[in-house]
Amino acid sequence: MRYVEEFRDPKAAKILIAAIARVADQIGATREKPVHIMEICGGHTHAIFRYGLDKLVHEGIEFIHGPGCPVCVLPMSRVDDCVTIAERPGVIFTTFGDAMRVPGTRKSLIQAKAEGADIRMVYSPLDALELARRNPGREVVFFGLGFETTTPSTALSIQQAAREGLTNFSVFCNHITVPEPIKALLDDPHMVLDGFVGPGHVSMVIGVHPYDFIAKDYGKPIVVAGFEPIDLLQSVLMVLEQIRDGKAEVQNQYARVVPEHGNPISLAAIADVYERRPRFAWRGLGEIDASGLRIREKYLAWDAETKFGIGYAASPDDEPEGCECAAVMTGRMKPTACPQFGRGCKPETPLGALMVSSEGACAAYWTYGGSRVAAE
Amino acid sequence: MKDTIMPLRDQRVTLAHGGGGKAMRDLIESVFTSVFNPPGMEDQARLMDARLQEPGARLAFTTDSFVVTPVEFPGGDIGKIAVCGTVNDLAVGGAKPLWLSASFIIEEGCEVALLRRLVASMAREAAKAGVRIVTGDTKVVNRGACDTVYITTAGVGVIPPGRDLDARSIRPGDVAIVNHVLGDHGAAILAARGDLMLSTDLESDCQSLGHLMEALIAAAPGTKAARDATRGGLASTLNEMAEAAGCSVELDEIALPLRPEVKGVCEILGLDPLYLANEGTLVVFVPEAEAQAALAAMRAMPEGQGACIIGRAVPKAHVPVTLRTAFGGTRIVDMLVGEQLPRIC
Repeated sequence: MRYVEEFRDPKAAKILIAAIARVADQIGATREKPVHIMEICGGHTHAIFRYGLDKLVHEGIEFIHGPGCPVCVLPMSRVDDCVTIAERPGVIFTTFGDAMRVPGTRKSLIQAKAEGADIRMVYSPLDALELARRNPGREVVFFGLGFETTTPSTALSIQQAAREGLTNFSVFCNHITVPEPIKALLDDPHMVLDGFVGPGHVSMVIGVHPYDFIAKDYGKPIVVAGFEPIDLLQSVLMVLEQIRDGKAEVQNQYARVVPEHGNPISLAAIADVYERRPRFAWRGLGEIDASGLRIREKYLAWDAETKFGIGYAASPDDEPEGCECAAVMTGRMKPTACPQFGRGCKPETPLGALMVSSEGACAAYWTYGGSRVAAE
Repeated sequence: MKDTIMPLRDQRVTLAHGGGGKAMRDLIESVFTSVFNPPGMEDQARLMDARLQEPGARLAFTTDSFVVTPVEFPGGDIGKIAVCGTVNDLAVGGAKPLWLSASFIIEEGCEVALLRRLVASMAREAAKAGVRIVTGDTKVVNRGACDTVYITTAGVGVIPPGRDLDARSIRPGDVAIVNHVLGDHGAAILAARGDLMLSTDLESDCQSLGHLMEALIAAAPGTKAARDATRGGLASTLNEMAEAAGCSVELDEIALPLRPEVKGVCEILGLDPLYLANEGTLVVFVPEAEAQAALAAMRAMPEGQGACIIGRAVPKAHVPVTLRTAFGGTRIVDMLVGEQLPRIC
């Protein structure tokens, strides 16, 4: 696989790991006084554990796993809404695969499917659109979920449905944005972060400038990164060099994919179809201003919230007893320090948000054994 | 075989073919028994094999049900899998497969021509594997009550005296070998379902492994245990073996044989090839001293041309299976929870 294998080259990795160690020593980072770097995106969390990067880099570097796993941060009440819609007679409910197992307060979509709801896994909202064309007598609802990476394709499917006059298609919109929760984390008085590795696929859409406030207003470095191990190691090195040199800039390690100003066609589709909600609830983080999107008035005919009379519930969920997802997500606690980790909360029976998807920090710890290995 | 077989005129199976009357008899004779040619026409197969009478010989008995969408796919079909799967369950336990039963749950409306193709495919694979399909059954269910056709096969084989493959006998230092690249079946099925619009040349690895096992054991008589890495993939199979063995298994990422196309499918969907199903791939543990002989014997057979060492048993650690990554890092290779679900982004 060209353009993939090169970025998994062990020789290049060794060179970068050595360079990271040098700069970490120059900064004076130690196991006791580590540099805290947050990888925002769940894809990065997954890659760090899959390749064991957390154990290969200098011991003075601690990865804090950010809120960038859309399945993990979805409030349980929104899963309940999905189930309610899916259980309506005549509805075909379509979703990305990894949302199937997310627990609601009553049940998950996979349980609702077993009980008879017509729920189908799709790989793109365009698949849902095709289902709507082929089933004119059914209402096909797409579970719109994810950050700026998936937002444009949902927007395009709504625009296409509007063009075709396809009235039996709608989107249950739960799209959220990356910069706002980062700001919320930076405003948290408990915050211990020294720098960020930014999600490359989000910036492919929005460019790098939406992160300017991180450097300008909060004085923290951020490097927009690709998803292969070499990308991640190089980005960590770039963050460390900024810290060493007393700089705080937005840098782009993933320039082979990320244009400085993003993708204008995607941005236009997003602007045409969505507007900001005043606030939106995040599992583990609570409500965050302007962090969620809803469908604009001119496309309300394709808005499942409108069609099914579902409102946005103002209060975020109460997390289950003993669940420390909020502390983990703000970097105050390691997943393994949570009293429920591996006990009440496992991938097969997730309690909290971060154990739900394979990209959640706790699930990654559990699956790849970051600290199951260390702890035992 | 009967002298004359009435050609079946129907193009599709109807509920009448499951009614127990003449229509059912016509379907069974025209489509199934005329091809499988079972010994005698009683409701039971009455069988003899001299190997069963050797002192110390043991009977091996296994069963498996097969549900695959689509029923025909590159590299095989549900009939071929139904033979290979049960033959392989016998073979990896050290048994010489002898006889199979085959039961069909058929959906009303299923094309008779499709059934004929599946039956021909089963007969072909059975001949190749050296087994006979000696008894069977058919049922027809309402449209929608099953997906085209489900097949259950049971298999009987004989384990020669003195042979005792058992995962509990695996010891630290034993070498893990696979015969084939990993994940071809799982990736081929995903691509063949068509909803991904992935175009690949991938074919299922679906094949019978009886002859390969015999050649392997002849060359490496100290062979400890083998399993075919079907549902749940190599990762789940190794976890089961390690837990039974009471030791751990360390895999070497660089040594894992994977086709670029399989890697590509997994990259796109966020899947791990270690969890993809195989239908003709086994993992076997042999003592290190016999590893080269085992490799040579396997590579001499068409089913084992891709044989390679992928890791080894190590003293029991806190988790059953770990993988040494190309960077020298280590990660856990856990059992799969539920089903692998494609990731959102």
